[in-house]
Order: sequence, then structure tokens, then C-alpha cells
Amino acid sequence: MYGWLWRHLPGPVAVRVALCAVLAAAVLAACFVWVYPAVAPYMPFNDTTVEESQG
Amino acid sequence: MTPQHRRPERGGPGLGYVVLGVVGELLITLGVLLLGFLVWQLWWTDVEGNRAQAQIVSDLPWASPVPTPEPTSSDAGPKVATPRHDEPPVMAEPEHAVTFATLQVPRWTGEPARPVSQGTDRATVLNVLGIGHYPGTAMPGGVGNFAMAGHRTTFGKPFNRIEELQVGDPLVVRTEEAWYVYRVTSTEIVAPSQVEVIAPVPGQPGVAASERMITMTTCHPMFSARQRYIVHGVLDYWAPTSDGTPVELLGGGA
Repeated sequence: MYGWLWRHLPGPVAVRVALCAVLAAAVLAACFVWVYPAVAPYMPFNDTTVEESQG
Repeated sequence: MTPQHRRPERGGPGLGYVVLGVVGELLITLGVLLLGFLVWQLWWTDVEGNRAQAQIVSDLPWASPVPTPEPTSSDAGPKVATPRHDEPPVMAEPEHAVTFATLQVPRWTGEPARPVSQGTDRATVLNVLGIGHYPGTAMPGGVGNFAMAGHRTTFGKPFNRIEELQVGDPLVVRTEEAWYVYRVTSTEIVAPSQVEVIAPVPGQPGVAASERMITMTTCHPMFSARQRYIVHGVLDYWAPTSDGTPVELLGGGA
């Protein structure tokens, strides 16, 4: 998978490393903005209220 | 890698090895993304939450920052509000997610005043606005139980230091009209289903209230939802905001 990505990135090694870093940063940023906030409500450690319906 | 290492036939690794390699890389990626989730949850939500809650408080038209006491100028210092023990003003419950008060706890040195908003829904109140007020419970100063929930970890963690509270500690609530200074009377750890802690008379659902109580609920132990940490208090006094600042916020009376 990453081997395939590496072979298909253009340019010399330095450029490829830079491109990889940019791609990784973009994926992480997307996670911070969209993925993690969407997943967080399903995590079991954020409940602070007392409620009859909750365990 | 010796020159004599065995090479698979037809020049490349078999299909099985390719699939295995991709699966392995996917698992490693998943692990890294899970680490990223921890960083987001444990650090970034606090950064965002603290910033957002400070902004909310500074955007409240009436919540001017409490002046810091200056020991050198005892006469010209900030005016101390005179405690009043008569019938305090009690505002009506606002709409969902409306910020109507701030909470400041002198015991939590360095902690800013936190916004208190209507509702205890996580997505619309607790995660984005800070402290939430249980709908249907008393409003600040009212007879009954002014009950609030707040995160102890993550999302700005307004109740992070709740375990430091001791009996007698002041809890200072401010609305547009008045200061309400409560004092901690007890703390307890309960199961999440024990809603009687926010009853008008805490622990005695169905009993008519005669006192002006305050209750804070948050998770316990930290990073868990197994139990709830509860702090109860009772109103000590109130004062109009135009009168000055409670002595508890000026470094005295605590």
C-alpha cells in the first residue's frame, strides 16, 4: 500500500518525503476536524450527568 | 539480505504476501490514527473548549472581569458587595443552550469563570458551552436545587478539580442581576442512575424543598463513566452585581 504510494509519487526522494508529510498532515487534520468529533459520542468515558436511562 | 536469499517464482511475492502486507499496513495506520484520537480527545478538546468558554464569558454583556485585588490600595480597591440574606431575585429558566450565568470557584486557583448554560445535552451544551444546568431544577438563588453538570476531563474540563473542594468552600454564581455565593456542604460518589442527587431536596425525591441548594455532577473516576462525583452546597448569601464583588473572589472570606 505505502510501497505503491511511494512508487507513484513524482520527483526525487526529497520531494516524495515532503509529499508524504503533507498527505499525512492532511489526513490527521481531516480526522481532527471531522472524524474524531463524529466518533467521540460513542466513547464511554464522557458522561457527566445523572440520568435514569443511562447505565 | 544475502545474495542467495530465496526468491519466489515468477519474480514477485505471491498474492498472499501482498494481501498480508496491505493488511499489516492498514493495521499500523489504524493504530496511529487511534493514537491521534487520544491526542485529540485528551488535549485538543481542552484547547478548543477553554478558548470557546473564555470567549463565551467575555461575550456576555454583563460579565465584566473581576478586578484583581491590589493590596497596596485598600481604600481604592474593588468594592466588596454587602451580603444579603433576604429573598434573592430568581430568573426564569432560559431556552435550551442559552448561557445565563457564570460559575467561579475560588478554591480552584487559576481557573477562570466558566459559563453555565441551559441543558445537559453533550453535543449542544456540555461539549461546546462548558457547564450545563439540569432543566427543571431550580435557577440560581431559587428554593430547591440548582443542579449543574460539567466535564471533568476533556472539552475544557470545567469540573476537573472537583475533588479539591472541601466543606465550606464558596461556589460563586453570577447572573446578570446578582451574585449568589453558595457553600459546599457535602460531597458524595454515586451511581450514574441516582438522579435523586439533583432532587429539590438532594437524596429525598418528592420532598418539598425549603432550602436553596446547589449541586454539581461530573464523572468519576476520571476518564470513566462508571460513577458520578457529586458536590452539594447551600446558599450563603446573595448580592446585586451593582453592589460590588463578593469578598470570596477578592481573596478573602474563603
